[in-house]
Amino acid sequence: MDQEKLERIKALKELWAKEVEELKTREELPVTVSGKPVQALYTPLDTADLDYEEDLGFPGSYPYTRGVQPNMYRGRLWTMRQFSGFGDAYDSNRRYRYLLEQGQTGLSVAFDMPTLMGYDSDSDRSLGEVGRCGVAVDSLEDMEILFDQIPLDRVTTSMTINGPAAILWCMYLANAEKQGVGLDQVGGTIQNDILKEYTAQKSWIFPPEPSMRLITDIFAFASDHVPRWNTISISGYHIREAGSTAAQELAFTLADGFAYVEAGINAGLDVDRFAPRLSFFFNAHIDFFEEICKYRAARRIWARRMKEKYGAKDPRSLMMRFHTQTAGCSLAAQEPENNIIRTTTEALSAVLGGTQSLHTNSMDEVLALPTEKAVKIALRTQQVLAYESGVANTIDPLAGSYFIEALTGQMEAEAEEYFRRIDDLGGVLSAIDQGFIQQEIADAAYEYQQAVDRNERVVVGVNRYNTAEPMEIELLKIDPQVEKKQLERLKQLKEKRDGVKVADCLADLKKSAAASDNLIPKILEAVRCYATEGEIASALKEVFGEYKEKPLF
Amino acid sequence: MQQLVEDLMSGSRRAAARLISLVENDAPLKRELLKEIFPHTGKAYVIGVTGAPGSGKSSLVDCLLQQMRADDLKIGVIGVDPTSPFSGGAILGDRIRMQEHALDRDIFIRSMGTRGSLGGLARATREAIQVLDAFGKDVVLIETVGVGQSEVDIVRTADSTMVVLTPAGGDSVQTIKAGIMEIADIFVINKADLPGAERTATEINMMLDMKESDQWRPPVLSAVSVRSEGIGAVWDCLKDHRRFMEESGRLMEIRRERVRRELTEQVEYLVKNRIWDQVKEQIELESLLEKIVLRREDPYSAAYELLEQINFYSEG
Amino acid sequence: MSSRKIRVLVAKPGLDGHDRGVKVVARGLRDAGMEVIYTGLHQTPQQVAETALQEDVDVVGLSILSGAHMTLAPRIKELLCENGMEDVLLLVGGIIPEGDREKLLSAGHADQVFTPGDPLDKITAYIFNQFQESTSS
Repeated sequence: MDQEKLERIKALKELWAKEVEELKTREELPVTVSGKPVQALYTPLDTADLDYEEDLGFPGSYPYTRGVQPNMYRGRLWTMRQFSGFGDAYDSNRRYRYLLEQGQTGLSVAFDMPTLMGYDSDSDRSLGEVGRCGVAVDSLEDMEILFDQIPLDRVTTSMTINGPAAILWCMYLANAEKQGVGLDQVGGTIQNDILKEYTAQKSWIFPPEPSMRLITDIFAFASDHVPRWNTISISGYHIREAGSTAAQELAFTLADGFAYVEAGINAGLDVDRFAPRLSFFFNAHIDFFEEICKYRAARRIWARRMKEKYGAKDPRSLMMRFHTQTAGCSLAAQEPENNIIRTTTEALSAVLGGTQSLHTNSMDEVLALPTEKAVKIALRTQQVLAYESGVANTIDPLAGSYFIEALTGQMEAEAEEYFRRIDDLGGVLSAIDQGFIQQEIADAAYEYQQAVDRNERVVVGVNRYNTAEPMEIELLKIDPQVEKKQLERLKQLKEKRDGVKVADCLADLKKSAAASDNLIPKILEAVRCYATEGEIASALKEVFGEYKEKPLF
Repeated sequence: MQQLVEDLMSGSRRAAARLISLVENDAPLKRELLKEIFPHTGKAYVIGVTGAPGSGKSSLVDCLLQQMRADDLKIGVIGVDPTSPFSGGAILGDRIRMQEHALDRDIFIRSMGTRGSLGGLARATREAIQVLDAFGKDVVLIETVGVGQSEVDIVRTADSTMVVLTPAGGDSVQTIKAGIMEIADIFVINKADLPGAERTATEINMMLDMKESDQWRPPVLSAVSVRSEGIGAVWDCLKDHRRFMEESGRLMEIRRERVRRELTEQVEYLVKNRIWDQVKEQIELESLLEKIVLRREDPYSAAYELLEQINFYSEG
Repeated sequence: MSSRKIRVLVAKPGLDGHDRGVKVVARGLRDAGMEVIYTGLHQTPQQVAETALQEDVDVVGLSILSGAHMTLAPRIKELLCENGMEDVLLLVGGIIPEGDREKLLSAGHADQVFTPGDPLDKITAYIFNQFQESTSS
């Protein structure tokens, strides 16, 4: 656009602004859910510096702002992947088969807390937690039951597991072998993102250094033997759930991503050997446009840095592929049916932002694990968006909007500013050690809560239009027998397996852990002879030690 | 109260906790209480741990606890965190790092807010030490607020003071040296796996070289508390310092000094209370103030006049 | 002369690591003038009860988002009583379905239950109220 025209628009905008000044404004502050002010109007003035080819490009090509595939949802819709798991392996296996029958296209496993923390169901620490927040998996035997009659060469599986990711992944691989599926045939994702555990999700086991080593061991093993596996899902989801702003989610997630790339490079791997298998996982919060811009900015930043800073050449190393989940923290316990509407707009932002797969929360998730009915509505939400709303017809349909492009650029700039501050602190690990990232998130969470408590931020049914009607919603009950049954089965397993072989494997694993061998083959060996998760984690703890949190508020 | 003290002597952790609250809250019985437990005190060795926030004091204390327990010592820990001057509230988070020891019956951990005290300790830290001393703890570890400077209270309170530093770039030692060079009996450079650790050690040693020589030259040690490295040496060094303090007579010296200060404070406290109690009851303070405000009387003569009327020997 | 402050132990029993809520509450209580002791994550019931004892707190607040509240809260209540701390105010916060909430309250396993969406003020006001009542009675 030529200068003369811009000047004219500028003058007109000033006139408009004057007129607006006279008008009444609503009392609610015009800020995003992240507390960031947005203008009432965006014009060509806000996108004057935008260079189409350099900043946006075409879908499927650098810098991938508009999407990673050339034809996006025209070719294939996003994967509808509902995260689920509860009770024991039998219960979850039934739920998985139900979801596949309902048209879900991929599985996503939620493990219970003991499994996430590397404890067996029979640990003192597991009391009351077995099968509660997800499915209890102690050994390969549980994994076999979990995927009974589910063909692992056809269904891809995402597993939300971090501290003990290597162990659960090995169980999955060993189970595939038992089904007769070659490792080169299995596909899926392990979350395996330990950095955000230290800052946000807090399910850690080992200190950062050995944790990073396990991750690079997985990178190396997968690139040789399990080429279809996404070895890490670098997650902003939990950072956001811990209370960060959208820009912080974007910045800290990408900073973590770059830290993994550097770890891989430092472990002697060629960047294009492992980077194509890195994937991401974002939150879809309630602020519609802010979220869309976050995804677009994420793709652009990733592509630029991977190319310019890390010298990646394979286009797949430059493409940011990501999974999205709607924001659990945006849901309200009051009038839970309203959560269906929240989830719908959040899902829509993820789709308009070009996600590769999507989980939509169920309305009752703020209260308990979802019932079958609630899960079905959540899945139907995605199907309505995909097949009825028409939003999947046109690629990146909001591109070119003055607002969208300005906000995308602004979020990129905010992220770059965080990268600079993290660099000044000596990198991500050092920033975590100094508590910088944790403190930024804690501050944002506190500010948000105060805004809600002061009624500056409206949450419908919570601090406005709240009726004290009793809630009438059916909740999923976890059978209290689950813990007992699981303990019984674990006891039987320990009796029937070859104890000597287990002990040998664990001793061997410890030896390798103390040296610098790739640990994956050793862990595989151990899970094949039914060593339990807790036993393997304990063996590694003996060598690696355990992480202790920093007191930050 | 008698019951509480008896329970304390028979090892009740609940009694120890209650007593610390009572002294901390300035309960009316506080002085009686301290009098009761005084005969049972004087055995615990007090170690102060200070250093800037983020230097890893808590995790160092956590590691030291392990070492001390291996020597079969009973330990009390007091972690001090700042009280907000605005709200009067505080978040006390020192013990997060030590929770593994929470169930060890021979370790007693207590968190305290400064409640207005500015010298790096809580107002009632010394009284809390007395309680833990009487409770039979062999060692009491004090973790200070750790603002870096004005940590004078800890030297007046502890028998050995350990200063924890990190090798954070360049200016660290220069900027905090004023406060720490005088108070440290032992320096520990924590997070010594970070770059610059050696240089920090050299700088401290150079500064120690410039100081007048003393019988005890504070050693400069390195540790990585998150990996429990170098902790054995720190503990050995603390034991060395204690031996030095005992054998050289310094321990008696500083304890006598401490008693002198406490006695002075105690006398001042009582005198002050006595004066103001009588002022409240018998003397028309307001009219005196009024006279000074109207400049009919000067405050200096007024003070004398006021004191003339005080009976220092009356009971109550 | 007395300078009493309400001391609150804010604890995360169990294995869930969701500490957003617990940290917001800790800050809120501090800003309301209380002394807040935080246990850190992943605590056993024994650790929580023992910490409450050593710190001689007036209030114990448990944050449990894993669904294990029906196991953890009663166990902690039991241990507190064993320690002679039956008078401590025991609050439970987290994802607690209505039915469980009633059970916890009626069995005396909690003095009050707070759920997501409850504003901070409600928690601080509740605590202040309890202490006014207990000191005036």
